[in-house]
Amino acid sequence: MAKRNIEILVGLFVVLGLLALVFVALKAANLTSFSNGQTYVLTARFDNIGGLKARAPVRSAGVVVGRVTSISLDPKTYQGVVTLAVDQRFQFPKDSAAKILTAGLLGDQYIGIEPGGDDANLAPDGVIAQTQSAVVLENLIGQFLTGKAADAGTAAEAPK
Amino acid sequence: MNVFAALGARALAVFRGWGHAALFFVDLLRALLPALRRFGLVVTQIHAIGNRSLVIILASGLAVGFVLALQLYNTLITFGAAESLGLVVNLSLVRELGPVVTTLLFAGRAGTSLTAEIGLMKAGEQIAALELMAIDPRQRVLAPRFIAGIISMPLLAILFSAIGILGAWVVAVGLIGIDAGNFWAIQQNGVDVWRDVGNGVIKSAVFGVICTAVALYQGYETEATPEGVAYATTRTVVISSLGVLGMDFILTALMFSTGR
Repeated sequence: MAKRNIEILVGLFVVLGLLALVFVALKAANLTSFSNGQTYVLTARFDNIGGLKARAPVRSAGVVVGRVTSISLDPKTYQGVVTLAVDQRFQFPKDSAAKILTAGLLGDQYIGIEPGGDDANLAPDGVIAQTQSAVVLENLIGQFLTGKAADAGTAAEAPK
Repeated sequence: MNVFAALGARALAVFRGWGHAALFFVDLLRALLPALRRFGLVVTQIHAIGNRSLVIILASGLAVGFVLALQLYNTLITFGAAESLGLVVNLSLVRELGPVVTTLLFAGRAGTSLTAEIGLMKAGEQIAALELMAIDPRQRVLAPRFIAGIISMPLLAILFSAIGILGAWVVAVGLIGIDAGNFWAIQQNGVDVWRDVGNGVIKSAVFGVICTAVALYQGYETEATPEGVAYATTRTVVISSLGVLGMDFILTALMFSTGR
């Protein structure tokens, strides 16, 4: 009888451990959101990917529809080649645009897909032609300063 | 000349010790399959080292979760990132603290009892008696404990992480007032099942192998005296703790260095 009790206790222990694993996997990790779902691959080329990283979300209208799977540099055009795994349920028109956006002021960067108006959809392994690079803060400040300088120049000349 | 002789003798002793331990480990692995056929023995051992470690693991996990949440909140709030509290707690528990702290507790709670038990069996010549009866003590005594350790450790580690996350949830949502929906959603966005949780489980299994093997070796090779058993028990805790911390660095470097 004592042996049977031990077996029951060990069984409970194992079940408890597996329950904890299921809890962590489902409630506290991303098993539920497409890590196993059917996805198809799209490619987009950007002049500058900024701080985009692999596994960053792909969103359309703010809804996560996929993930960035890999990032590499095209050795000929010197463009950043970003491959995306997009959920099979979501198809985008051929002339959709991909932008690198930032969540919040200093948040993580993600890819936003803006659907176009074409009747045909992007095929699997397709390329998103229209892209908009990440906003690089230094360039932005540089543009702002040169703009200011230009304004000051025209303002100085105007009274003459 | 004497210096060189002493150095040489010392080096030889070190290598002999390592070789001895490696041979012991190979013998242990060979005894695994025969031991699996008598799974009743393994079940008894899981009860002894797994079930009985449950209370200390759960209590520590809960406490670590509470404290992590309280401490991290103070730092994160200065960046306006209090919502990602759950994510930070979750990643640190699942990747590092769960496996490592569980193993340190496991070494203290179960490793020592394994060493003392086997050391006393040796001191009482029970191991020699088994050999006399043509029963391989590795198959009958060591292997079931080894398997039980390997099975118990990942379960204990994931329980530690799970209860730690629940503890953080209690503090973050109940005490601090972080939105419960965001608490879970940010975790689900940032924690990958295979990369984070899966690697954590692999880590804890590797640590289970190290900790249990060290405990069994120290018990089996102990000097058969009360002092010998006392030294062996101490060495179990010291060696398995240091081994696990070193191994943790190697595994972390292998698992998490590439990518983001």
